[in-house]
Amino acid sequence: MSDISADGLDANGLVLAADGTPLKRSLARAMRRQKLRALLLVAPLLIFVLLTFIVPIASMLFRSVENDIVSNTLPNTVQELGRWDASTSELPPEPVFEAMFFDMFIAAEAKRHTRLGTRLNYEQTGISSLFRQTGRKLDDIGKVTKKPLEAFDSAWKDGETWYAIFNAGDAPASKNLMKSQRGLLKRLTSDPASGDVNFSPRADVTKLLPKAAREYTAWAIFTAVQDEKDPATRDPWESVYTALILDLKTADLSGYTGPNEDLLKAAQAADLPVPAFSEAFADMDKDWATPVPWKTIQTHSGLYTSGYFLNAIDAQKTDDGVAWQPENKQILLKLFGRTLIMSLIITGSCIMLGYPIAWLLSNVSARNANLLLILVLLPFWTSLLVRTSAWKVMLQQNGVINEVLVWIGLVPDAERLILINNQFGTIVAMTHILLPFMILPMYSVMSTIPPVYLRAAKSMGATNWTAFWRVYFPQSIPGIGAGSILVFILSIGYYITPEIVGGTKGVFISNRIAYHISSSLNWGLAAALGTILLVVVLALYWAYDRIVGIDNVKLG
Amino acid sequence: MKLTKTLLATTALTVAAGMVNADGHMSSELTIVSWGGAYSASQKGAYHDPYAEANGVTIINDDSSAEAVAKLRAMSEADNVTWDVVDVVAADAIRLCDEGLAMEIDADTMLADAPDGTKASEDFGDLLVSDCFIPQIVYSTTFGYRTDLVGDTAPTTVCAVFDTDAYPGKRALEKRPINNMEWALLCDGVAKGDVYDVLATQEGQDKALAKLDTIKDDVIWWSAGADTPQLLADGEVIMGSTYNGRLFAAIEEQKLPVAMLWDAQVFDLDGWIIPTGLSPERQARALDYIMFATDTQRLADQAQYISYGPARKSSAPLVGKHISLGIDMAPHMPTDPNNAKNTFLYNYEFWADYRDDIDAKFQAWLAK
Amino acid sequence: MADTKNNDAFVEFERVQKSYDGVNLVVKDLNLSMPRGEFLTMLGPSGSGKTTCLMMLAGFETATHGDIRLGGTSINNIPPHKRGIGMVFQNYALFPHMTVAENLAFPLEVRKIGKSEREEKVMRALGMVQMQDFAGRRPSQLSGGQQQRIALSRALVFEPELVLMDEPLGALDKQLRETLQFEITKLAHELGITTVYVTHDQTEALTMSDRVAVFDDGRIQQLAPPDKLYEEPENSFVAQFIGENNTLEGVVKEIKGGVALVQLDNGDLIDAKPINVAQAGQRTRVSIRPERVEMDKSRLQPDAHTLKAEVLEFIYMGDIFRTRLRVAGKDDFVIKTRNAPDQVRLTPGQIIDIGWLAEDCRALDA
Repeated sequence: MSDISADGLDANGLVLAADGTPLKRSLARAMRRQKLRALLLVAPLLIFVLLTFIVPIASMLFRSVENDIVSNTLPNTVQELGRWDASTSELPPEPVFEAMFFDMFIAAEAKRHTRLGTRLNYEQTGISSLFRQTGRKLDDIGKVTKKPLEAFDSAWKDGETWYAIFNAGDAPASKNLMKSQRGLLKRLTSDPASGDVNFSPRADVTKLLPKAAREYTAWAIFTAVQDEKDPATRDPWESVYTALILDLKTADLSGYTGPNEDLLKAAQAADLPVPAFSEAFADMDKDWATPVPWKTIQTHSGLYTSGYFLNAIDAQKTDDGVAWQPENKQILLKLFGRTLIMSLIITGSCIMLGYPIAWLLSNVSARNANLLLILVLLPFWTSLLVRTSAWKVMLQQNGVINEVLVWIGLVPDAERLILINNQFGTIVAMTHILLPFMILPMYSVMSTIPPVYLRAAKSMGATNWTAFWRVYFPQSIPGIGAGSILVFILSIGYYITPEIVGGTKGVFISNRIAYHISSSLNWGLAAALGTILLVVVLALYWAYDRIVGIDNVKLG
Repeated sequence: MKLTKTLLATTALTVAAGMVNADGHMSSELTIVSWGGAYSASQKGAYHDPYAEANGVTIINDDSSAEAVAKLRAMSEADNVTWDVVDVVAADAIRLCDEGLAMEIDADTMLADAPDGTKASEDFGDLLVSDCFIPQIVYSTTFGYRTDLVGDTAPTTVCAVFDTDAYPGKRALEKRPINNMEWALLCDGVAKGDVYDVLATQEGQDKALAKLDTIKDDVIWWSAGADTPQLLADGEVIMGSTYNGRLFAAIEEQKLPVAMLWDAQVFDLDGWIIPTGLSPERQARALDYIMFATDTQRLADQAQYISYGPARKSSAPLVGKHISLGIDMAPHMPTDPNNAKNTFLYNYEFWADYRDDIDAKFQAWLAK
Repeated sequence: MADTKNNDAFVEFERVQKSYDGVNLVVKDLNLSMPRGEFLTMLGPSGSGKTTCLMMLAGFETATHGDIRLGGTSINNIPPHKRGIGMVFQNYALFPHMTVAENLAFPLEVRKIGKSEREEKVMRALGMVQMQDFAGRRPSQLSGGQQQRIALSRALVFEPELVLMDEPLGALDKQLRETLQFEITKLAHELGITTVYVTHDQTEALTMSDRVAVFDDGRIQQLAPPDKLYEEPENSFVAQFIGENNTLEGVVKEIKGGVALVQLDNGDLIDAKPINVAQAGQRTRVSIRPERVEMDKSRLQPDAHTLKAEVLEFIYMGDIFRTRLRVAGKDDFVIKTRNAPDQVRLTPGQIIDIGWLAEDCRALDA
């Protein structure tokens, strides 16, 4: 910096600004300020696009693979099932049933078991009601253990007895258990489960009676956070009774000197019966005695799943790999194909109908062009539903077109044409609705093509047709390209019009997406279908770019 | 999200502060979601207006019931539930309950008893198909036919729909498997009591679709309740299924040459749910409204506007005349003994399980 | 050339009229005859009908009345693409989606000329304008002058006998325009093509043409070689339109010995050559070129009339001086003098005498 020569260069030959800083840095600083200002100007739009476009698309992409509901709702069961070999066609071992009982109990208390049932019902019909009914009947298993214990000593009826045993008070507490159970509830209910609980599990009891401590802690947190009640005075869930009896079977209480020592030791001595979980489940619903629901849970227990995408292409994930859906359920691939083909046909007919109009628009006087343009835009002034319904009135069997055809005798009364509730109806109505999106870009491109080119071509000896085809048409291709991309992408995602006039064969994939969003609530499948549609559009866009070139698309 | 919550809380505080003198613990606004059209109008006349007048509450109507389940799920995910009371069909109520999106209602403590002291749970009886659902009306999906287009012998059984020889012409059926599959099996010789057992099997589903296949070319599929009355009015179809209230309007209000075919009408329920996640003030208001709107007299009042049967047993004797037409409403109720000679009860549990599976098969069949 | 003019007319307009709206005539009774090989320019202000005439000749407009003949045959009913006329347009009209070579090949292709012959002709045509190296470029990659050269060679590539040019140099800067003016005329004469050239730039018209047709108000006002047009305008419009001119108005006092004595409106008398005046008493507008005005009495006839003039402004323009004077009550009278060593430089406010030779001052229609 020190030795600056007279011509504004420093020792390294870098050009310097007037104040001696390198010119490059000065320039960068000036540019940065400019860029920052530009960024501030576009910031509102950027944030808007981010929030309304990027984020929803990202969340859709995520939803199509997200599957943590299974392991969040049945964490221990999933873990136990991991050790089960489904191919043996035997039922899972007892610990799986036991884990299922405790998982399901908490899930049922949190009313999350039905949600999981709905999720798994997409994969295996019948699981929805299996889970719903099981949730209702779970208490019965619990009561099997609760009643004998309470009958044995009525002190067990008192919530304070339980609290005295499990609450750490001044004694050392098991922070790990507390943390893991809080985490469990958080994942299960998507509630932070972070409030004050007025309870922490006693460390030595936790070691001695692990299952009971686990269930009691879950209950205590749930009671305090979800029900907003004090766990100190309330009776725990039946599952805690069950867990205690289970623990007492194996616990070595000899060294235990904590609260209610006598009660616990007496209960252990009584050797109360433990339920046989597998039998209890089979009693609740005979389906539990088959491997089917267990296989389904095991197959779909991953945090992420390809299941929705497989479903979206008429395949499914089974316990022995990917398989096609039964033939009588295969519909989506067919709909994808139909959507693409019909969108192409609609785009094609928009080109055929729109081109002459766009030509006319760009070649008549400005006054007439305005009038024509208004006519072109007129459909935009009426609601989509009204326009579609109008087509219904036009095309139905007693509709305007058929009446006219019958009246002039072109069609016999008994053989009226079927123009609606089929693919024809969809093509006609959608061509009409999307036509302006074709005409406008075509027009704006055509109006920039000076008529002198045609004259030039003719002066060189070209006939009208050659002049048009060789000279005018190639120059109007960017307009056709822009219009086609617009119309094609719009039509690929259309669903209202196909729904109304499409009948059975004129509906699109988007109708299924709408169905899964609003009726079946299978948002994962809807997201997978949407993602595929997005990828298809991007792929076609890419293909278009490769074949025609994207700079060959102009909106004017 | 935190900011939104803070903002909402602040707003709520401000609003609350402004109306402390009105009612300290209940919200003064109530957003009620329903189906729109004549149905919402009947609710307005029977419930909303009297309630708003008595309690000084502003009631906002939202005609979004058709997509209520999806919207409630989205609202719940965004942690911003803006609806207080939602009118849904029973099947949707069950799903909302399953998803934890509707709160459980204890009929005996949260709803009014009948005038004679009968507990609400008993008064509604087995129509309480979900813990979260308060039934409001019994409606049926049944057939109407054009009296001038069906020939000399009017159809008397639902199987006329499948008899294209005796009744040539187009029929309107809903574009979904529910009801259609049941009717198909009934007309294929399956006993009423066995329908759902049969439909639970692959063979049963194939059988139903095979029966529907015999009339596939003669069917116009509808997806909105208003479609069938319009198709009948235009003469596009000679008979078609829809909700009985829609047919009542076509027959009695528009005087179309249409008659009801009550045979094998499928009973279904429509009623209220209260979304979970409401603030205590709003929940209190919603519960107060529900208590008012589902008492014996209010339910009977609704029948003055529309031909749907009140869901309480105690309301049936109170059903009077149509408020503008002046005709007796009882004979137009799906529950009227003359109409209910052969009815079919929609099996919620079955469809909750089989809906996705059979719907895929049904759509695949439709697209074939 | 002169002797073939009449009996071998190549392009002929006979009593041609054109109206767009059925009310006004844009072209009124046009008669024109061109021999083969002539370079004729249609010059006139916008709206004078010159472009319409060109378009009728090209076939893009039809004559409302009259006959247009090419090589003796009427072409009224022949569509443009069968007329075989080359045309250069104002904005070149090069097809943007084709390369230079494709542009040039286009007229040959539509004439179904074989590929090898086509390529040969294209390269030859490009050679005429020294643009062989640009054959593979797109028009958008060329400068304005290059584009115009390509447009020119495209109009010539199919060897038409008649080439029409519609203000082809209008969009170019002055220097380039002058270069191209020279090239176009050179090419036209070398190839012996008949050329109809439309412009509103009189310099262009004067430098390029064999003959110039001055259009105004739908008529040819004068059809003459450039020098004649400049020196001997036949009416005041032509005089005004071509070159710079001073005009003075007055009444003819007498015509004697080929010289008209004109009394200006302020009473001063001047000498003029009668062109459109026949007798005394007629009102006239006399026109005199700025460079023909003399300040040096010794260079005039002894009995010549002179006028008093007051210098208003003196502008130094390099090769010439331009002086604005007040003459006979009008203050837009301009004289031009050469920047010679002995030339006086006038100062504003100075009163001088000016005069001219009678034959340089033309008494035209009023």
